Amino acid sequence: MVKQFLMNLLLSFIWVALTGALYFSNFFFGFLLGFFLLWLMSRNEADRRYYNRVPKIISFVLFFIWEMLKANIHVAYDVITPKFFMKPGIVKYPLIASSDFEINILATVISLTPGTLILDISDDKKALYIHVMYLKDREKFIQQIKNGLERRLLEIIR
Amino acid sequence: MTDITIMVLSTIGALSILFAAIGILRMPDFYLRLSVTVKAATLGSGLLLLSAAVFFPEAYVTTKVFAIIFFLVLTAPVAAHMIGRVAYLINARRWDGTVLDELEGMYDKENKVLLSDAEAAKTREDKAADDQAG
Repeated sequence: MVKQFLMNLLLSFIWVALTGALYFSNFFFGFLLGFFLLWLMSRNEADRRYYNRVPKIISFVLFFIWEMLKANIHVAYDVITPKFFMKPGIVKYPLIASSDFEINILATVISLTPGTLILDISDDKKALYIHVMYLKDREKFIQQIKNGLERRLLEIIR
Repeated sequence: MTDITIMVLSTIGALSILFAAIGILRMPDFYLRLSVTVKAATLGSGLLLLSAAVFFPEAYVTTKVFAIIFFLVLTAPVAAHMIGRVAYLINARRWDGTVLDELEGMYDKENKVLLSDAEAAKTREDKAADDQAG
């Protein structure tokens, strides 16, 4: 896992040195090229995890940016129109993530999505308390986070 | 092409900061204000920084921008979490339209310990009552 990543980084630096243009776009292109080469050459089953994980991370980042833009537009609409459509509430969200690192990343991601804000984490690390701006249905909200953000995140980390 | 990218990024960024500023004035209670401000400010400054990275082609600008965005994303939610927690602990007023509060009664006020379910809170209360009686 780490070995493949370092190899990939090394290949992209070699690409940058050979083309002689130290731009971020060029570096990124070199990274993709190195990733493709390593993927072609990999024979070992154990190495496969790295090649599954990188596309998942990229798709998670894109998914998160999309969710963030959508929710931002929703909140912005409520801010500039005179009537309030929101139904705020504090929801207890039972966690699947168990280690400190997983909870940290999940809490950061939930906090950055507009309309939801982490108020606290219970001391036995079993529940998050989330302040939600648009709470139509409690069960539906919990399912939405469980099947969307948390599942994708745990797929990457574990 | 780069001109259009810069225009789109900086316009969305500036607008989201503007909406956050209006949101601070208009939102009815503390939690909603916090909720509106933190994310919109992160997104807005992130997008403005990104448009700066597109405008300057040098590599060091891009690396700096990515470092700033990384630390912004890392630290802003932590600050929001701590501010929200303290606001709840000192009983900041909630808006009348609040529909649900599952955090109510979950805090052990003396030790500042937060419990995860109602039964745990109940057994703790029973135990405290027993201690007083005994």
